[in-house]
Amino acid sequence: MDSRKQALMLKAADSVAVALRKLEKGSVVSVFFQERMFQIVLKDSIEFGHKFAVVPMRKGDDVRKYGEVIGMASRDIAVGEHVHVHNVEGKRGRGDKIGRRENGTAHGLSAP
Amino acid sequence: MAAEKMEPLMGYRRPDGQIGIRNHVLILPTITCATQTAQRITELVDGTVTFIHQHGCAQVGVDYEQTFRTYVGLGKNPNVYGVVVLGLGCETHQARSVAGELKKAGKPVEVVSIQDYGGTLSAIAEGAKIAAQMVQDASAQQRVPFRFDELIIGTECGGSDACSGLSANPAVGAVSDKIVDLGGTAILAETTELIGAEHLLAQRAADDQVAKRVYEVIQAMENRAFQMGVDIRTGNPSPGNMKGGLTTLEEKSLGAAAKAGSRPLQQLVNYAERPTKKGLVWMDTPGHDIEQLTGMVAGGAQLVLFTTGRGTPTGSPIAPVLKIATNTAIFERMRENIDINAGTIIEGTETVEEVGQRIIDEIVLTCLGKKTKSEILRQHDFGLWRIGPTF
Repeated sequence: MDSRKQALMLKAADSVAVALRKLEKGSVVSVFFQERMFQIVLKDSIEFGHKFAVVPMRKGDDVRKYGEVIGMASRDIAVGEHVHVHNVEGKRGRGDKIGRRENGTAHGLSAP
Repeated sequence: MAAEKMEPLMGYRRPDGQIGIRNHVLILPTITCATQTAQRITELVDGTVTFIHQHGCAQVGVDYEQTFRTYVGLGKNPNVYGVVVLGLGCETHQARSVAGELKKAGKPVEVVSIQDYGGTLSAIAEGAKIAAQMVQDASAQQRVPFRFDELIIGTECGGSDACSGLSANPAVGAVSDKIVDLGGTAILAETTELIGAEHLLAQRAADDQVAKRVYEVIQAMENRAFQMGVDIRTGNPSPGNMKGGLTTLEEKSLGAAAKAGSRPLQQLVNYAERPTKKGLVWMDTPGHDIEQLTGMVAGGAQLVLFTTGRGTPTGSPIAPVLKIATNTAIFERMRENIDINAGTIIEGTETVEEVGQRIIDEIVLTCLGKKTKSEILRQHDFGLWRIGPTF
């Protein structure tokens, strides 16, 4: 990781990048992925270590980091928005969702 | 670097053939009622360690067995020279039963029971006399050379932030790979914090049975949240994790899994169970920092690597814990607790491999006797994964 980098995207499939320093709302951020670089206008201020969207997401879409699913968008998310607990929810360990899904099961738990 | 080319480490050879990097006399209270007495003995006798807990009575079945296995595992840890097992007398976890198992390891073991000796003061006096002799005998033992293939290193992350998966955890992963390549054992733990990353580890399982166990322990852990009818996120990721930028358990898990490096997963062991295979081994533990630490030490780990983004004082009475900061800010702020800074990876001044090498160097020094921050501060944490109710 280069000290000049403001943000880091880990895998090509990712929908978010990680801020490597505090980034201000309205600023244009250069996001690096391997040898590529693209620019994103931030719609929110992003704290060190927090994430922002690099692609638009619809409510219900998978959110990806490390090339893997880290959760689901709980509302539509625009490019440059802060991506965190206010607009993403986890899909695993959701005992609170038991019985509320269409098929009556939660992930990893077989139907009674 | 091949094992034969590395400088030998120095440790204490035990009667059962294991090698310790510390030479403690453990005052082991099998019951909560004896923990205060054990504490007094450690105040009187230099070279002794103990821990405070609330277990050892009114426990049954698998919960009894897991607690028993943990006590025995801690006593058998090769960093322990000898054990004074301290009981009250009427508890379910009888001091004599624990001592009986420990004696099989051939190390010095004595039992002191508060009821048998006529009370607290008499038990303290008797326990201290025995411990003092053990400490002197321990101090006469000379260290002998050994190699990395006799090391069991525990790995753990606690107080994680968004840097954990980018800096300190990958660096520990590089160390894990190196230890495995040198013929040693690296333990991956915290099943809760591998939910969402299990497929990546199952793909690396040495055989189908290990892969099957990966999915079994993950499902069992996830089912506990289902049975309670709660979002696991109300407890994990924690508020500090979220402030640090971690949004979901899956995100935390994918970062945590980086500690496991890239080598094949050889075995999946139960909590506090000693691995019978070398290489990368997964121990089924909760994500709770102290409960997993205790489980790994009871499983024979002589040393533990602990990454932290939010900062933590964590330590063990038995195994040195090397703490590794994921970012430079927390390293600077909590230098008194943290041994190594991996934040340089985020800043781009060091690579993952370079930090990994620094951690290896520190492991060597720690094995040779250098004290970790948690040892100096006598951070003697103990936490037990209880799997049944108290009756």
